[in-house]
Amino acid sequence: MIRNYDKLIFELSKEGRQGYSLPKNEFKEQYCPCTLPANLKRTDAPLLPQVTEFDVVRHYTNLSNKNFGVDTGFYPLGSCTMKYNPRINEEICALPAFTSLHPETPVQASQGALEVYYNLAASLAEISGLSAFTLNPYAGAHGELTGLMIMRSYHAQRGDLKRTKVIVPDSAHGTNPASAAVCGLQIVEVKSTANGTVDVEDLKPLLDDTVAGIMMTNPNTLGIFETEIPEIARLVHEAGGLLYYDGANLNAVLGKCRPGDMGFDIMHINLHKTFSTPHGGGGPGDGPVGVRTGLEHLLPNPQVKKDDAGRFFIDSDEQSAGYVSNFLGNFGVLMRAYTYILTLGRENVKMVGPLAVLNANYVKESLKNEYLLPIEGVCKHEFVFDGLVDKSTGVTTLDIAKRLLDYGYHAPTIYFPLLFHQSIMIEPTETESKETLDEFIAVMKTVAREAIENPDVVKNAPYSTPVRRLDETTAARSPKTTYKQLVAE
Amino acid sequence: MKYFPHTTEDIEQMLAVAGLKSLDDLFAEIPQQLLFNKEFALPEAMSEAEIRRFFDELGSRNCRLVCFAGAGVEDHYSPSVINAIIQRGEFLTAYTPYQPEISQGTLQYIFEYQSMITELTGMDVTNASMYDGTTATAEAMMMTIAAAKKRNKVLVSATINPKVKRVVETYAKYQGVIVETVPEKDGVTDLATLEAMLAGDDVAGVILAQPNFYGIIEDYTGVADICHAKKALMVMNANPSSLAVLKTPAEWGADIACGDAQSLGIPMNYGGSYVGYLATTNALVRKLPGRIVGATTDVDGKRAFVLTLQAREQHIRREKANSNICSNQSLMALYVTIYLSLMGHKGLKEVNAASYGGAHYLAERLVATGKCTLAFDKPFMNEFAVKTTVPAKDIQEALLAAGILGGVRIADDMLLICVTEQRTKAEIDKLVEVVNNI
Repeated sequence: MIRNYDKLIFELSKEGRQGYSLPKNEFKEQYCPCTLPANLKRTDAPLLPQVTEFDVVRHYTNLSNKNFGVDTGFYPLGSCTMKYNPRINEEICALPAFTSLHPETPVQASQGALEVYYNLAASLAEISGLSAFTLNPYAGAHGELTGLMIMRSYHAQRGDLKRTKVIVPDSAHGTNPASAAVCGLQIVEVKSTANGTVDVEDLKPLLDDTVAGIMMTNPNTLGIFETEIPEIARLVHEAGGLLYYDGANLNAVLGKCRPGDMGFDIMHINLHKTFSTPHGGGGPGDGPVGVRTGLEHLLPNPQVKKDDAGRFFIDSDEQSAGYVSNFLGNFGVLMRAYTYILTLGRENVKMVGPLAVLNANYVKESLKNEYLLPIEGVCKHEFVFDGLVDKSTGVTTLDIAKRLLDYGYHAPTIYFPLLFHQSIMIEPTETESKETLDEFIAVMKTVAREAIENPDVVKNAPYSTPVRRLDETTAARSPKTTYKQLVAE
Repeated sequence: MKYFPHTTEDIEQMLAVAGLKSLDDLFAEIPQQLLFNKEFALPEAMSEAEIRRFFDELGSRNCRLVCFAGAGVEDHYSPSVINAIIQRGEFLTAYTPYQPEISQGTLQYIFEYQSMITELTGMDVTNASMYDGTTATAEAMMMTIAAAKKRNKVLVSATINPKVKRVVETYAKYQGVIVETVPEKDGVTDLATLEAMLAGDDVAGVILAQPNFYGIIEDYTGVADICHAKKALMVMNANPSSLAVLKTPAEWGADIACGDAQSLGIPMNYGGSYVGYLATTNALVRKLPGRIVGATTDVDGKRAFVLTLQAREQHIRREKANSNICSNQSLMALYVTIYLSLMGHKGLKEVNAASYGGAHYLAERLVATGKCTLAFDKPFMNEFAVKTTVPAKDIQEALLAAGILGGVRIADDMLLICVTEQRTKAEIDKLVEVVNNI
C-alpha cells in the first residue's frame, strides 16, 4: 500500500542540503560575478528548495503515484487520441547525437537532424495528400494560428485585402475561434444540421468576398464524417476562400482518406495525437502544418530543403507567412513521430483509422441503451453521448465522469462539444484491446445502474482517488498560485 | 503489428456488435472518390533493431562539437535525475489535468514550477508554461495590447535576440499591431530615444532584454518610471538562469517577465522542446494566457491543486480568450522544476559563477590573441560579443575543423560567444590556440 503523500518540495527543504554536483570552477580565484556593479544584482536569494538528490527522486516518484496516464489505464478522452506511446520513441529521441546539437550548429554538422525533419515532413505530406509541411509550430493551436497566417498571406499577396472573416462550425474545438482571433480574423459561425454535420444551406449565404476561408475538422467533433465535403470545398473555392483542416481528428481516417483529396488547402496535424508522441501532462506536442501545391512558399521560416546533391540546408523565403518559433519546432517530438511512422511502415499506417473506428463503434453500440446517443449511425474514431438515457435521478455527466475515476478509468471529455447539454465524448483509439473495452463497457453500465438505484453514490464520487472533489470556486475567487502565497495565509 | 491488439476473431465479433460485415463498412458513407486505395510511398515497417540502426546511422551524420554557442540556447548541465523522473509513464503519458482527482502529480509540479519561476523573476504570478521564449514574448506583447485597450503600438529594443523579435513581429503583423525598434547605442538600448518614442502616448508596451542579445547586462535604472509615466507596460525578456545573481525583472519594475527556460536544465535538442515562461503582476493576472494552477481543498478538507481562473481560456471563452494556447510544454516545466529542486539557489549561483569565470577568462585570452577585440565595454555574465580582425567566418571554420562550435556569427566581423559551467579550462585554451594559429 502506497502511503498518502502530500508534501511540497519546499516543505522538504533544509538549509545546508544539496542535490547537485558541478565541475570544479577553475576560474574561481580570478573571476567572480560578485564583482558586478551592485545595482545590477538582486538583493535577496530566490526561495528555492535545498534538498538532496534522493529527496528529489522520492518526492517526484510519490507525486507520479498520484497521476493517471495512458500507461496507467484506459484514457478515453475524446478529441485527444490517447493512444499507446511506444518506448522506442523515447529511446530514439534521447540519443545524444541529437540531444547535444545546438540549433546554431552549421548545416554540414547537423545533416542527420535535418534529414529527420525533411523526411518526416515528406511522410506527413504523403499521408495527408498535401504538397509540403512545416514542422515548426509547437502544438495544435499553434498550427492553427500558423495555418491561418498562411491563409491571410495568400489573400494579401493577391491584393485581396477584404477577406477578414473565417467561418467556423458551431461544433468546432475552442482553439479554432481563438486561433482565428489571435490571427486578427473575425469569426462567423456556421450551424450544424440535426445530424451534426455542417449545414450547407446555412453556409451558402455566408460565402462572400469577405471570407478568407473555413476551418473544419473531418470527421467533426461528433465523430461524424462530413460527407458533403466535396460540395463544401467547391462552394468555398468558388467564393475565393480556402479550406483549413483541423487535424485533431485525423486518426479516424488515417490510411483511409486524405485531407488533401477532400479539397483542403491547409491543415495541421497533432503529432501528440495521431503520431503517438506522449502528451506530457499537457505538452510538448507538435503541430506541423501542410499546404497544397502553390502555397509552399508561404510556410513559415526557417524551412528545411534538400539540394540536388542530396544535402540538406536551411532556407528562408521572403514571401513566407513569417516566423512562429525559435527554430525548427519541438525537435524531440519530431524524432518520436518519425520513429512511430517507421515502426508502423506503409502496411500498418493504413490500419490505424479502421481499427480506431472499429473500437469506437463497438463501445457506442454496446452502451446506447444506457446512454443517450443523439445521433445514430456509424461514427468514426469517437462519438458523443448526451448523458444518461434516464435523467430522472439528476445524475449529471460530471457525476458519471467522477464515478469512472473510482473504477480506475480516466474520464472521457465532458461538456464538449457544446451542441448538447450533457456531452460525454469517448475516443477509445486503436491501441486498446477488446478486453479493455469490454471491461470499460461493463463499468459504464454499472455506473448507469448505480445512477438509478443509488444516485447519491454517483453524485458524491469519487471516493478512492488521492483527493476528492475540489473546491474550485474558492481557488478562483482568491487565487493562491505559489508556495509563498500559500504559506502567507 | 505490436501496437494493434486486434485478433481476426476480435474484429469479427466487434463488427457483429456494430451490425457490420467488414472494416470497409465502417467507411461506407464516405464518397468513393475520397477513399485512398493506393500504397503509401513510405518505407516498410521496421523492427526495433532496424530502427536503432537507422537512427544511429543518421546520428553519425551529426557532429559532436564542443559548444561555445549561445544566442538564447545554452549548453548547461542536465542532471541524470531529470530524465529518470520524466520517463515515468504517469507523468509522460498523462494529458492536461482536467480531472484533478487523478492528476495531482501534474498539478502539484506545475504549482511548484510556478512558485520557482516567481521566485526567480520576483513577479507575483506565472502560468503553467508557454511553447518557448519567442512565443512567450509574443504573448507578452499581446498582453500589453489587451491591457492598454486603445493602443496598438509596442516598442522592442534593438538589443533583443533577433529570433525573439521576428516572432513578435509576425504575431503583431496579423493583429495589426505596430512594432517599432528602439535603437541601440554602444550595445545597449538607447534610453534617450526610448523616452522620445514614448512621447506620443500611443505605446502599449516596451520589450527589453536582460542580459541582452550581446550578453550585456543592461542598466535599466529609471526605465520603468519612463514607461509608466506614459502608461506603457514594461516587458523584460530575461534569461532565468542568470536571475540567481542578477536584479530581477520585478526589481527593475517590469510588469511582465518572459523568456525561455531552456537554460534551466533542458538539453539543447536542436532547438526544442524547451519551455517559455511568462510571469506578471497580480494586477495583470486576468490578462495572462494559458493554464494556471491554484491551491485549494477537497470536500474532506485536504490540500489539493487545480486548474484555476479558466475563464481566460479558449475552451471556455473561444474567440474572446486571452490566447489560443491549449497544449503547452508541461513536461518541460517538470524538467525545470526538478532542475531547480536539485540546484537550489546555491547551485544556480555556482553555475553562474563558473560560467561567468569561463567567459571572462576566454574573453581576455581571445583579446590577447590580437585577432579579436571586445565589441563593447560593458558588464556581461557568460556571453560576450567580439569584433574580429580576420573574417569571423574563417575563425568559425577553423574552430569547426577542430571540433569546436565557435559561437554564433552575428556580423561579418562579429562573433557571439557563450561559456557555461560545462566548459573546462582545457577546452577554452584549445579554442584560443586555434584562433591564435589562424
